[in-house]
Amino acid sequence: MSKTTSFLMSSVGRKMIMALSGLFLCSFLVVHLYINLFLFKSDYGVEFDAYSHFMATYPLIRPIEIVLFLGFLLHAIVGIWLWLMNRRARPVKYEVLKASENSALSSRIMWVTGIVVAAFLVVHINSFFITSRFLTPERSMFVIVREVFRNPWYDAFYVVALGFLAYHLKHGFQSAFQTFGLRGTRYQRLIDLVAMIFWLLIPIGFAAMPLYFLWAY
Amino acid sequence: MNFTLKIWRQKSRTDEGKLVTYTVRDISPDASFLEMLDILNETLVRRGEEPVAFDHDCREGICGSCGLMIEGRAHGPHRGSATCELRMRSFEDDDTITVEPWRARPFPIIKDLVVDRTAFDRIMAAGGYVSVKTGQAPDANAIPVPKHCAEKAMDAAVCIGCGACVATCPNGSAMLFVAAKVSQLALLPQGHAERKERVGRMLAQMDAEGFGACSNTYACEAECPKQISVEHIARLNREFIRAKVS
Repeated sequence: MSKTTSFLMSSVGRKMIMALSGLFLCSFLVVHLYINLFLFKSDYGVEFDAYSHFMATYPLIRPIEIVLFLGFLLHAIVGIWLWLMNRRARPVKYEVLKASENSALSSRIMWVTGIVVAAFLVVHINSFFITSRFLTPERSMFVIVREVFRNPWYDAFYVVALGFLAYHLKHGFQSAFQTFGLRGTRYQRLIDLVAMIFWLLIPIGFAAMPLYFLWAY
Repeated sequence: MNFTLKIWRQKSRTDEGKLVTYTVRDISPDASFLEMLDILNETLVRRGEEPVAFDHDCREGICGSCGLMIEGRAHGPHRGSATCELRMRSFEDDDTITVEPWRARPFPIIKDLVVDRTAFDRIMAAGGYVSVKTGQAPDANAIPVPKHCAEKAMDAAVCIGCGACVATCPNGSAMLFVAAKVSQLALLPQGHAERKERVGRMLAQMDAEGFGACSNTYACEAECPKQISVEHIARLNREFIRAKVS
């Protein structure tokens, strides 16, 4: 068996794929948030529209977009694969189990938070990405965003889903570094600090957008 | 003290098994959990019933034989202690206590609360050793071992192989066990020669036995009677990367 095959066949190797793809998706969150923060600029969306036009038309963005979609797909497929393998490892469940005494809830429900985030992505892509990429809307992206976020039900779903994303990242981000063998080393405090940015600040930044258009704009 | 016990009874590997309720009376608060089971068994034998089968040996927390899921916690409610070290004063009078065997596909039930943990032996046989030519005993200080390495290796070597990590892991993963063994040998110069092969072989055996994959819930560390840290899992992962990329 070659080194690559034995790597992929190993449960630890598969977890490293989860960790790598997860951190790649985290890097996307940073770019996505940076651009979308222009929604808060008091210029009626001029700069935001310029960015969204660039993202929708600049040719180099296309391959990056495809790699990003493949990243999501890989993360989901390997995640489901590991989940099935883990379920098989305990065919008979305990009658009494006090899991909350020994582990964090976020670490035990990654599949639930993952499914909610995936469902959110479908709605989210349908609302914004498809409009900006494949349709030629008469209104600017800023106006579309404003219209969509005026619906309180949509906003409620949006904020709750971001809560699930935050919970997913609360476990996922530090877990990736444990998989790389970097927790418990001198990098521990740095990892925990950066993790806080990803699981707390970034989801808050995204959640502020619908609330801004609902109440403040 | 009086207790109501709900104990998993299963005649054989193939039997269905079910929880059976028993009551025990006048148990000393200072009795260990295993002594309480002994008292129950004496009563059962007197009544002409089959006693409850459970694993035990040293009864002082160093052999790793005992291991029961007690009220949903591996080795009972306390941290850093094995089932044999658990005293009945840890419970309230008239408590109902559910006692189940370790549950994982690679740990099939032999009878009642006794499970087959030979999967661990096969993981050890796959690489948990140092190959040496046995001859004369070597000079005591021929191989210098730094103090901090010896300390860390010892922290891993305290693993008694009880299987609580597997039992408590939501994925039935044996990562803490394998990590303790790999880590112990990786930290010592004697283990360096075979470190690359060792981690690959032991992990491959772990997967082949049907244990799940680690999802870093750290439940194993919380329930390990020897309080082995998940730092050793991080070291195992480093060993794996080192073996695969170099």
